[in-house]
Amino acid sequence: MLKTKDLLGIKELSREEINLILDTAAGFKDVLGRDIKKVPTLRGRTAVNLFFEPSTRTRTSFELAAKRLSTDVINFSVPTSSVVKGESLIDTALTVQALGADLIIIRHSSSGVPHLLSKNLRASIINAGDGTNEHPTQALLDAFTVKEKKGKIEGLTIAIVGDIAHSRVAKSNIYCLTKLGAKVRLIGPPTLIPQEIKMMRVAVFHSMEDGLKEVDVLIMLRIQTERQGKGFFPSIEEYSKNWGITSERLAHARPDVVVMHPGPMNRGIEITSEIADGPHSVILEQVTNGIAVRMAVMYLLAGVKRS
Amino acid sequence: MKIYIKNGHLIDPSQGLDSIGDIIIENGKIKEINTKRKERSTKSKGLSKSFVKTIDAKGCFIMPGFIDMHVHLREPGFEYKETIKTGTGAAVRGGFTTVCCMPNTYPVHDNASVTEFIIRRAAEEGSCTVLPIGAITKGQKGEELAEMGTMVKEGCIAFSDDGSPVMNSLIMRRALEYSKTFDVPIISHCEDVTLSDNGVVNEGLMSVALGLKGIPAESEQIMIFRDIALAALTGARLHIAHVSTEGSVQLIRDAKKRGVHVTAETCPHYFSLTEDAVKGYDTNAKVNPPLRTDRDRQAIKEGLRDGTIDVIATDHAPHHADEKLREFDMAPSGISGLETALGLSLRLVHEGVLTLRGLVEKMSLHPARILGLEEKGVLKAGSVADIVVVDKNREWKVDAQHFVSKGVNTPFHGWILKGMAVVTICKGKIYEQ
Repeated sequence: MLKTKDLLGIKELSREEINLILDTAAGFKDVLGRDIKKVPTLRGRTAVNLFFEPSTRTRTSFELAAKRLSTDVINFSVPTSSVVKGESLIDTALTVQALGADLIIIRHSSSGVPHLLSKNLRASIINAGDGTNEHPTQALLDAFTVKEKKGKIEGLTIAIVGDIAHSRVAKSNIYCLTKLGAKVRLIGPPTLIPQEIKMMRVAVFHSMEDGLKEVDVLIMLRIQTERQGKGFFPSIEEYSKNWGITSERLAHARPDVVVMHPGPMNRGIEITSEIADGPHSVILEQVTNGIAVRMAVMYLLAGVKRS
Repeated sequence: MKIYIKNGHLIDPSQGLDSIGDIIIENGKIKEINTKRKERSTKSKGLSKSFVKTIDAKGCFIMPGFIDMHVHLREPGFEYKETIKTGTGAAVRGGFTTVCCMPNTYPVHDNASVTEFIIRRAAEEGSCTVLPIGAITKGQKGEELAEMGTMVKEGCIAFSDDGSPVMNSLIMRRALEYSKTFDVPIISHCEDVTLSDNGVVNEGLMSVALGLKGIPAESEQIMIFRDIALAALTGARLHIAHVSTEGSVQLIRDAKKRGVHVTAETCPHYFSLTEDAVKGYDTNAKVNPPLRTDRDRQAIKEGLRDGTIDVIATDHAPHHADEKLREFDMAPSGISGLETALGLSLRLVHEGVLTLRGLVEKMSLHPARILGLEEKGVLKAGSVADIVVVDKNREWKVDAQHFVSKGVNTPFHGWILKGMAVVTICKGKIYEQ
């Protein structure tokens, strides 16, 4: 049982709640392996994907998760909405609620938007990524994948590489993995790792070779080409040379290291094809697990009676 | 019309006045101040009938009316946020008898016709005195100097590009030099906007925890350093607006030691709150400069205590509720501060950081001196009757819905504050709570 009506971030969740979601997701993953991949659990409920940022994979994953639960799901994305006509965010969200949404899955470029909706709406809000704050379902599916591959999370050494400063995936992963007892390392140039992040009980490395030693799990982040030219690093090529993952570099990690990436990947920049398609990679399994985890979140928010 | 205020505790730091006494006001001026017990009793017996209005200030303090050097009245252009009428109404409720309004209106107050408009509107609808602050540069664009001389003639008392700091050091130098002609202060909102880079909260634990873009303390300090250097170079009068960081306090303290003509203000939110107030993405705590750390907050208090910071100003920045009910990144910065400033500043008195006399200096005497207002900030026979009667122990609960200001944007809603203005008198006109 989750304590609140919303999933705003991992920051707000307890270890018990995270484990509840992961355990529930394991059940739903079995469903996904069946011939008929659909359960009637949330029949009659309505979910709305309210996406203010372009997204295909996350939106599709939520859409499929809702459909697998027999929930009616509608996509409400910016270019087709009244937002372009100058409607305020709150009015848009209230309209969606008035249309009958039980679950509102929100993605927005401004941090804190799910929190704003949570305070002003009755519907359950699921954060599908807000600004540079959190992307909780990505972290949950990453934790689920790690647990599936390694059998546990507690005690593992997990490195996250790349643009930590602007990454909501990194933030949610740090909260999630540390709450579950992993040792988390961050690797990247100092321009992309805020100094204050050390308060989140993580170790910071600037050299890949040093940071990869003894690593059980490696999470590579997508590097956004827009960062180039803003002084974060001189060029994509230089970034790739220093912080891209190659087979040579991966040899510094444990032999059974698992490599993950939230997608979409920049092949040849942060990750070589050799690794992305190689035996250490679990990148496509992450995608499948994403549906199970999102089913679990929706079920726990909309399918369980709250006292 | 005559007003007789009796039995109050008079405080006027300019003349070391700190005792029980009476004040007689006639025709908007202070006629007489009386602290001698004998004369007071004969006066009250013999003359009380001839006074149109008698105020018994027993148990209260009588102070020179407060002067807020830094408010946004929003008129002309943004009357949906605030007007001169509602803003000055909020001012007198907070114990202010004079407010100085910043030029970021629409159109920008960068020419004398806007000065004339503000002064005329204030005369028509204002509850207290309004002294306009003109823009340093045309359109607050930081490129060409605005016509300071013409604006001074119409009644401008200082210049500032508040909110859009002059980034070009040469223009700032020229502004400081040119301002000397009119002996007016240049009020600098010190912020290196290239370093702030559209940040919305203090850079630190909170910016990381909330995923919001941070503004480092250095963004303020770098510009304070620059402006102090330019003030030293030019010999002009520099006043630094809304100081928020420990490093800023140190820079100003050092500059004063060296004899640079620099004065400084802070705002109640910088000594009352820390960055923690933005938790939960509370846009009412979004302000520029941003709320900082507890270490900064303590340094601000120390700066007030030791005299480094001369003035408490509100940076009263009313906004419409709809503007604050939105994405944190997009919500405008600012706190509606006129009605909570006294209660929050009195906390410093109750804590022992400031004496009551010190409070009157920060909220009345020093602003008057910085702005060259000789008749204000004092309780003297012949001076304008701008007076506030303060009950420093009366507790009240902040309720934004009952603000006089149109701006209900306050992070202090629900706070219990101790002390309030019970009577505010502006040029002899009485406003009672």
